[in-house]
Amino acid sequence: MAEFTLRLRRYDPESGDAPYWEEHTIELEPHRSVLEAILQARARFDGSIGIRCSCRAAICGSCGVRINGHPDLACHTHLDKAAKQSSDGVIEVEPMGNMPVIKDLIVDMEEVHWKKIRRVTPWLIAKQPVPEREYIVPRETMVDVTQSMACIQCGACVSDCLAMEVDPGFIGPAALAKAYRFVGDPRDDQHYERLKDLAEDPHGIYDCTHCFMCIDACPKGVAPMSQIMRLRRRAIHDHGIVDRNNGERHEEAFVSLVRQYGLLNEVEIIPRSHAGNSPLAKFTPTAAKVLLDSLPSIAKALLRRKVTPAAVLKPHKLAKQDLQAVKRIYEKLDGKGERNEFNIYISGRDEDNQ
Amino acid sequence: MPAHDVLIIGAGLAGQRAALAAAEAGAAVAIMSKVHPVRSHSVAAAGGINAAIAIDDDWTEHAYDTVKGSDFLGDQDAIEIMCSEAPGEAMHLEHIGVTFHRNEKGELDLRAFGGASKKRTAYVADITGQAILHVLYEQLMRFHDTVERYEEWFATSLILDEKGHCAGAVARDIRSGAMEIFDAKSVILASGGNGQCYKPTTNALICTGDGIAQAYQIGCPLMDMEMVQYHPTTLAENGFLITEGARGEGAHLLNSEGRRFMEDYAPNKMELASRDVVSRAEQTEINEGRGVGADGQGIYLDITVVPKKRVHEALREIVNIGRDFAGTDITREPIMIRPGQHYIMGGVKTDSNGQTPITGLYAAGEVACVSVHGGNRLGANSLLDTLIFGRRSGEHATARGKEMAMPKAPHARIHDDVAMIDQIVGREHSGRRISEIKDELGTMMNEYVAVYRDEDGLTKANEIVHRLQDEAASAYIDDRGSVFNQDVLGAIELGYMLDCAETTIVSAIDRKESRGAQFRLDYPERNDDEWLKHINVTRGPDGEPQISYSPVTITRWQPEVRKY
Repeated sequence: MAEFTLRLRRYDPESGDAPYWEEHTIELEPHRSVLEAILQARARFDGSIGIRCSCRAAICGSCGVRINGHPDLACHTHLDKAAKQSSDGVIEVEPMGNMPVIKDLIVDMEEVHWKKIRRVTPWLIAKQPVPEREYIVPRETMVDVTQSMACIQCGACVSDCLAMEVDPGFIGPAALAKAYRFVGDPRDDQHYERLKDLAEDPHGIYDCTHCFMCIDACPKGVAPMSQIMRLRRRAIHDHGIVDRNNGERHEEAFVSLVRQYGLLNEVEIIPRSHAGNSPLAKFTPTAAKVLLDSLPSIAKALLRRKVTPAAVLKPHKLAKQDLQAVKRIYEKLDGKGERNEFNIYISGRDEDNQ
Repeated sequence: MPAHDVLIIGAGLAGQRAALAAAEAGAAVAIMSKVHPVRSHSVAAAGGINAAIAIDDDWTEHAYDTVKGSDFLGDQDAIEIMCSEAPGEAMHLEHIGVTFHRNEKGELDLRAFGGASKKRTAYVADITGQAILHVLYEQLMRFHDTVERYEEWFATSLILDEKGHCAGAVARDIRSGAMEIFDAKSVILASGGNGQCYKPTTNALICTGDGIAQAYQIGCPLMDMEMVQYHPTTLAENGFLITEGARGEGAHLLNSEGRRFMEDYAPNKMELASRDVVSRAEQTEINEGRGVGADGQGIYLDITVVPKKRVHEALREIVNIGRDFAGTDITREPIMIRPGQHYIMGGVKTDSNGQTPITGLYAAGEVACVSVHGGNRLGANSLLDTLIFGRRSGEHATARGKEMAMPKAPHARIHDDVAMIDQIVGREHSGRRISEIKDELGTMMNEYVAVYRDEDGLTKANEIVHRLQDEAASAYIDDRGSVFNQDVLGAIELGYMLDCAETTIVSAIDRKESRGAQFRLDYPERNDDEWLKHINVTRGPDGEPQISYSPVTITRWQPEVRKY
């Protein structure tokens, strides 16, 4: 047994008071969960502490919270680990982000989670005719979609999604991972329509900023961002979808610039993303307009020294052997013929294989 | 106030399947649940769903295995329905999107499971329940215009009309605290079991026997309540479930001598004997000093014999559970388990259409007792039970509703429940805390009403339950608010659990033989002459449980000696 102190974010919507912090000290073995600690505080000291919870074993997805600022399931976080992460040893528990708080640790997931789930037409549109027995599909495909099927809808990824913070309309990591579950399912008849829809939506697959926060946040290894990237690869390479958000062109430009220079060329990326993947793109009227529109961002980037005026004239230069190494990666991947997809149901986690 | 042809309480697999079937048959449907549907406890079902779909399999073999697994207490007419309809149901799930794993030919793959004579368990890794539950919820979202969802609503009681027919329910919107009457031509209970009567249990915190107690309180009989399943592989540490799929994939059980002791108890099926047999074997090894761990209260489950690649794709979840909740890497070392409360075979008595003896009231899933599981449920038969009888209830209730007008429920009933809640909220801060009573109940049940039972222990349990009932009547809560007052719901749930525990204990005292999950040290033999019958418990006018009996339906399999 060891002693742990919890600092819980409390909020009573009926009191008229602002949210406040409340501390409780509990005794539990260090490998017990933060949820067990909260339940002990509730059982012993204050039955009014609000938290959704049910299975206690990271399967039902009820107890998503932020612990020391990071989203996770309360039942999935060990007390000793949580105490160590905290700056003052007190385990801080607050409601998830990006969602309105109903009471204490209970949030309203309707607007930012369930509505987005419903946005992606979340049911199988089965190929016709429906067979008498099962659809015969490759063994690997069902193992493949198991990773997104493993999502328990806890909202942890949504809580930490940086793109959603900026654009609340973003369909978001959970719903897009759900979309992959159908796009990756060979029984579904609408792969193209689904991908076209998600590519053309300004809040769709190209709204993700590739920040990895959702992969970090997910307690089930669903890796939502990886599923979003797979949606993009399928949209571009399997269905040739060119979208009005310039998502496809941006990706093409990015890939060819890195192939050419070994690093991103910030000056080239904007014109090429909008006006064709060529060095001449920057001289087109389309590019001029986009560049003009981007002036405030460019100014900000210059002010914050993310770009220097010198770099505008002279692209990044990599040492020759490094550039060669980058090119070798491209050659290796080009030569493979099939895409490399990472999936924990196939390869296990890194630590499983050490 | 809302009125529907069919009101379903509980949104796990049975409830959602009932809702979809009723909607498809043209009913106006409401589905209500105290948690969001995907949080329902069906989500935790891991291993799979049984159906005789292999070319060399036949539903009669599945039915025989189920009858034998039930220790001949299951009703064979209902078992025949369940097993013969299983292949069609599995294909239906496949067609609406469940991502069942495939074999090399691209057909549904099947894994071995306990008590089964063939490989007949279809699965999605070890998240089968989750996968099916989420796919059914996809369908509910799809049919949102025909199925009204009341998510996070807590039913407080069932209502009878003047004819004694079930005519709706009273419920509380958890989010606002508002109370509401729901009129309905039929009510389908699908609110799960009462595993929380035990501590530890594999069951979620929401499994508090709400529906069982609500039906009992309006005079509906409960059946087979003494039959409580202990799962052979729950984490020694905290009672979490390790799927039977692990043994289905080839894992071994070892005692402190490192020996596969199941060869002494079930030489043919070994680790894949039925659950009551394996759990008893483990408990015997532990009681006779061959347990493992510091206190000798565990058994080793050795999954390292399963190829690693197979573990990654088929047992991913228990890799997580081992790592996160026991600090064990199951791919490298054995994990310590023990038998733990998992499932109740008993419940609200129904026929094979889900109808209870109270007109207008149906039940399906763990809340119900059809009885297809009898004395012991086979692994991967519970998902099947929820889906088959959920669907049949939904269809039957819809057909029944087509020929009747909306019944007139006495709406004044709402005031009783409002008063009941006000009374709880207004209690003085004296007496015991709800949490203390619940803890004592769970610990006591796990001691006296467990794998091995006897008259002395059961009598003691009965006395304790009565004391706890008295204490619960004055136990106080802290939360006086309306919004998400989980405290007051906890007090109501405690009352439900005590009803379930009491009926379990009186049934266990009454059955003076050993059959299935009920093993009486003082009556160690099965006694078909006197006890090949169901125990029914009804609430008497004085509030005390009254026992009666009903026959077991036998169609083609006469009781025989049960060996694995």
